[in-house]
Amino acid sequence: MTLVTATKRSAPGAPRAGGRRRATDRGAWFLVLPALIPILVLSVGPLLYGILLAFTDSQSGRTEPTEWVGGLNFQDLLHDTLFWESFRIGLVWAVGVTVPQFLLALGLALLLDQELRLRWLARALAIIPWAMPEVVVGVMWRLVYTPDAGVLNETLRDLGLGDGRDWLSGLGTALPAVIVVGVWAGMPQTTVALLAGLQNTPRELHEAAAMDGAGAWRRFWTVTWPALRPVALAVTALNFIWNVNSFALVYVLTSGGPGGRTRLPMLFAYEEAFRYGQFGYAAAMGCVMVAVISVLLALFLVGRLRGGDET
Amino acid sequence: MRTSTGGRVGQYAALLAYLVFLAFPFLWLLSTAFKSPRELGSPHPAWIPRDPTLDNFRQAFDEQPLLRAAGNSLLAALGAALIAVLIATPLAYVMARHRTRLGKAATGWVVVSQAFPLVLVIIPLFLVLKNLRLINSLAGLVMVYVVWALPFALWMLVGYVRAVPAELEEAAAVDGAGRVRTLVSVTAPLLAPGIVATGLFAFITAWNEFFFALVLLKTPEKQTLPVVLTHFIGAEGVADLGPLAAAAFLATLPSLVVFAIIQRRITGGMTAGAVRG
Repeated sequence: MTLVTATKRSAPGAPRAGGRRRATDRGAWFLVLPALIPILVLSVGPLLYGILLAFTDSQSGRTEPTEWVGGLNFQDLLHDTLFWESFRIGLVWAVGVTVPQFLLALGLALLLDQELRLRWLARALAIIPWAMPEVVVGVMWRLVYTPDAGVLNETLRDLGLGDGRDWLSGLGTALPAVIVVGVWAGMPQTTVALLAGLQNTPRELHEAAAMDGAGAWRRFWTVTWPALRPVALAVTALNFIWNVNSFALVYVLTSGGPGGRTRLPMLFAYEEAFRYGQFGYAAAMGCVMVAVISVLLALFLVGRLRGGDET
Repeated sequence: MRTSTGGRVGQYAALLAYLVFLAFPFLWLLSTAFKSPRELGSPHPAWIPRDPTLDNFRQAFDEQPLLRAAGNSLLAALGAALIAVLIATPLAYVMARHRTRLGKAATGWVVVSQAFPLVLVIIPLFLVLKNLRLINSLAGLVMVYVVWALPFALWMLVGYVRAVPAELEEAAAVDGAGRVRTLVSVTAPLLAPGIVATGLFAFITAWNEFFFALVLLKTPEKQTLPVVLTHFIGAEGVADLGPLAAAAFLATLPSLVVFAIIQRRITGGMTAGAVRG
C-alpha cells in the first residue's frame, strides 16, 4: 500500500490528455527494454552472426584467427553430395510429415467439434503428445518398433501379417517409420489450432446451409473451409518449418541411420559443427537451408493465396 | 442432431481409431516400464505385464544420475519460466495496448523467430556463450531458454492483455489512479491467471527441451533429464528397454501434470491470439 501511494505521489497528478502521449512512449520504452535486450543479444544477434560465419573458415578449438573465405563454403557445399542427399531426405521428411499431419488433425478437429460423447477424453488424449519431451516420444516409439519386444511386430504376428521386421534399421522402412512418429508428435498443436479455427466459423451459416439441404461435404467446402483457410495455411507453413528444424525425434530413434537414410539436414549440420568442429561450413549449410525453405514457403503461400478468391 | 445414425456410428468409429493411435504408444511405454527383464526378453510381449515389477525404476536410478538430472532440469525450467514471464509481460502489455513501431517490430520478430533455422542460431550462440564463459552452465542454458520461450509467451500474453478491457483502466484513471496504481491494482489481478499459465507453459517447454541442452551442456553433472535419458541408449543403438522406459515415464510426469493444469488456458489463449492477432 505504501509503495503504491509513494509511486502515485512521485508521478504527480492524474495523466491528462495533453502530456500523456509522451509519458506513455517513455513508459513504453521502460517496459519493453527488459525483453528487448535478451532478444537482441541472444536471438537477432546470433542470427546475423551466423550468416557472417558462413563466409569464414571458423572451426572449433583452432588457435589461428578465423579468416574470411568469401563464398568458398558455398562452393564446397555445391559439390557435397552427402549434404544434398541429406537435404533431399529432409524435404521428404518435412512434406511427408506436414501433409498427413494436417489431414489427420483436420479430421480429428472436425470430430472434436461435434457433440460426441467421450469428447473430453479425446481432447485430453489428443494433447498428450504435445506435453511430452521429444526425447521421450522417440524412446516410446523405439519401444513400439523394437523387433522382438515391440508391440508393432507382435500385433502383426497376431493378425497373421508375417513376422514383421526391424523397422528402424531397415534401409527401406527407417524413413517411413520415423515419419509416422513425426506425424504423431505434431498432431496436437495442429488439431488445437484447427479446432480453434473451426469454433470461429459462423454457426448460423452452417445452419442456413443445412436448411437449404446442403450435405455435410457441401457444407464443409462452402462454409467451413473458407473460414478455416487462413488458419490452415498458417498452421501448415509453421508445421513445415518446425519439421525442417526437427532434431530430437530422429536423433533418438535412429541417429540418422541406417546408412544415412534418416539423416535430416539438422543432424547433418549438428555433426558437422559439433562433432567435426566445422562451424563455418555448418553455418553455410544453415544459410542454404533457410534460403531454399524460404523460397519453397513463399511459393506455397503465394500459390495458396492466389487460389482463394477472397484472401 | 441432424446427423444420421449411420453417420454417428462412423464418427464414433473414427474417434476410436484416433484414440487408439494417440494413446497406444504411451500405454506401451507404461507396460514396458513395469515388465521384468525376463519378460522383455521373451518373444511374445503382452500388453499387461505378467508379473509387474518396480525393478526397472530401481535399475534406472542405479545406471544414470536421474535425480541430479531432474534437479538440473527443474532449475533450468523454473529459472526460464520466471524470467520469461517477468520480461515478457511488460512487453506484451505495450504490444497489446499501444500501436507503436516497437510493438510492430516485436510482433514481426515473434513471427520470424518461429521460422528460425536452429542450425544457424546454435553455432553463433555457442560461440557467444563460450566467450561469456557460459558454456556447460545452467545459467547459460536458462538465458537461451528464456529467449526461446519468449515468442509463444508473448503471443499468449498479448491475447490475455487484450482480454482485459481497456475501459477498466480508463475508469481507474478517471477516478484519479496513476498509471502504476492502475497497473498494479486493476490490470495485474485480472492478468494473473494468464501470467501463471504462460509461465507454466514456458516451464514445460524448457523441461522438455533437448537440442540446446545437448549442445551447451558437456559434463554429466550439468546435464538435464532429456540429455541423460539418451545415455540409456548405447553407442550401437542397443538399449536396456526396461530402465529406459521407466526413466522416460518418470521424466514425462511433471510435464503431464503441469499440462493438465493449464490445458484449457493454452487452448483458450491460442484462440484469443488467433482471433485478434
